[in-house]
Amino acid sequence: MFFLGIDIGSSSSKAVLIDENKNILASAARNIGTGTNGPSIVVQEVLEAAGIARDQIQFTVVTGYGRVNYTQADKQITEISCHGKGIAHLIPGARTIIDIGGQDAKVIKLSQDGTVENFVMNEKCAAGTGRFLEVMARILNCNINELSDLSLKSKHDIIISNTCTVFAESEVISQLAGGASKEDVAKGADNAIASRVAGLARRIGIVPIVAMSGGVAMNPSVVASLSREIGEEITVAPHPQTVGALGAALFALEAYQKKEKN
Amino acid sequence: MEQKEKISSKEMLNNLMANHYKSAMEAKANGELVAWSTSIAPQELLETMDIKVVYPENHAAAIGARKEAQKFIDDAEGRGYSIDLCSYARVNIGYKNIQYADAENIPLPDFIFSCDNICHTVLKWYENLAKDLNIPLIVFDMPFNHTYDVPDHAVKYMKGQIEEAIKRLEKISGKKFDHDRFREVMEQSNKTSQMWKDASMVAKAKPSPLNGFDLFNYMAAIVTSRGTKEGYELFKRWKEELEEKAAAGLGPWKPGEEEKFRVMWDGIACWPYLGPTYKGLKNNGINMVTSTYPDSWTILYETGDVDGMARAYSSNYVNRNLNYGVDNIVNLINEFSLDGVVFHSNRSCKLMDFRQYEVQREVEERTGVVSVIFDGDQTDPRAFSTEQYNTRIQAFLEMLENRKEERRKG
Repeated sequence: MFFLGIDIGSSSSKAVLIDENKNILASAARNIGTGTNGPSIVVQEVLEAAGIARDQIQFTVVTGYGRVNYTQADKQITEISCHGKGIAHLIPGARTIIDIGGQDAKVIKLSQDGTVENFVMNEKCAAGTGRFLEVMARILNCNINELSDLSLKSKHDIIISNTCTVFAESEVISQLAGGASKEDVAKGADNAIASRVAGLARRIGIVPIVAMSGGVAMNPSVVASLSREIGEEITVAPHPQTVGALGAALFALEAYQKKEKN
Repeated sequence: MEQKEKISSKEMLNNLMANHYKSAMEAKANGELVAWSTSIAPQELLETMDIKVVYPENHAAAIGARKEAQKFIDDAEGRGYSIDLCSYARVNIGYKNIQYADAENIPLPDFIFSCDNICHTVLKWYENLAKDLNIPLIVFDMPFNHTYDVPDHAVKYMKGQIEEAIKRLEKISGKKFDHDRFREVMEQSNKTSQMWKDASMVAKAKPSPLNGFDLFNYMAAIVTSRGTKEGYELFKRWKEELEEKAAAGLGPWKPGEEEKFRVMWDGIACWPYLGPTYKGLKNNGINMVTSTYPDSWTILYETGDVDGMARAYSSNYVNRNLNYGVDNIVNLINEFSLDGVVFHSNRSCKLMDFRQYEVQREVEERTGVVSVIFDGDQTDPRAFSTEQYNTRIQAFLEMLENRKEERRKG
């Protein structure tokens, strides 16, 4: 039997296909999100990888900002619950999840049995989100994946004090004009995100094990900055970008089992 | 008279509000005095003097709900008022210049009546109005209560201001203050306050006969008509209707629409987005049963007791310390059998936001109920995202469902 989870974010689309024993059969991620053909591409990719047809899927759950407009799922569940579910499965015993996606950053507190107890999300702006890093990558004229390599080569600390992404953009441009190196600016951007997200995390209370999911978790220098900032080790989920989709697939399995029982 | 008693509270509310605005415009046209007052001020003094009063905050809320706040905000910001200033202030300052709204209209004031028991922005906002319009300014400074209860020295300070205000009113109006009439108004104000509170308390029934978004509508009348018999009659009728519904076991919505979860709303409404904020909850079976509004206008004291009156006005929850704020919400959770709390992080209201996270943390610790904070604004339409609100409310619902499931399993 097959269960599909789809996570349609603001800047990427992810899909995970599992079987009734929670084995991951296929997963896919594309860096185009809601409003694009990203969702249909990633669904097609996991179907092809597993060699099955769409109608063989017993239950589909969709999550992420694009969930509301996606009509081909049986159920929609928020990304907060899906990241909780995915992490509880991948990292048993995790109590705090830091998820930094394209449009928002959230910190989720899990109970001992892995259900969502509380959560906080960034307020009112793009500070501390993947969007902030995208803007920084653009100024540094590099690919977002290269930011981490740059940052790890940094020799001097630079402080980017503005939390507003637009202000930070001008701040960084003036620092570059003043002779700061690209490497130091990249590190400064990591630290800016880390301090912002750490503030969110402290508000909800940081309980180990601290796990991290979402696309930004693939950036080791941000993870290192964040870990230093909160004073806790951070366990990055395997394939962090698809944790939400995995959680959705796990919910799909549960929903199917519940339906069958009734 | 018979027929009058049969009309619904909703009609009574509409009539009362229509008359409130109309009579103020007429008074102004007839050369009578009109005051602009903050929303929880000692209106008893104005009622005693038979002076027409309108409430800029109420008016700004009506403009917000009508979705026309932006043009007034643009006007104020264009004149140099900061986007960080309270949006009620920006709407009102814009209205003072534009002087026409599709929602409702108020006449320009002849004097200002300002009480800072609700926030400190009003001090400068209203002072600014008085200076701009070159009219008298009466201020009641009711200091924030850092102690749990209102200290006696603060009561003394405020009583002195009430006495001074009476002298100022006599001078402004050229009329003598009638102390017998004052007692009557005090008595009426207490009766109306109590009836407002009693009506809102009917929502304790399960399911609640009250959809709490109605509180936002009826609130207009407790602001404008607390000192009047009409206000009392309205809330009495409303209470009867709610009691009838409760006795029949009827919930807040249409038959078949189940009240699955009961929550309270902390903070001011998000007026430009009443529909989305309401539907986001209702579509998930979440009923907002109560809020911090009912107690805000439950201003009770003994007739003739000016000390008690001063104390009551200073006792407004936003003027009380953190421990009181937490107790207040914990009590509501217990009294109304609530499952959760929705906190409106209101960009306009620094005073309310200032302690919100800590109140949330302590309330969760003491009661174990789940809660959620969403970002919005009381009237600035640019500071709210329906999608973000819905995601937060849906995640809140998922937590509520988890809790219910855990309780079911024991």
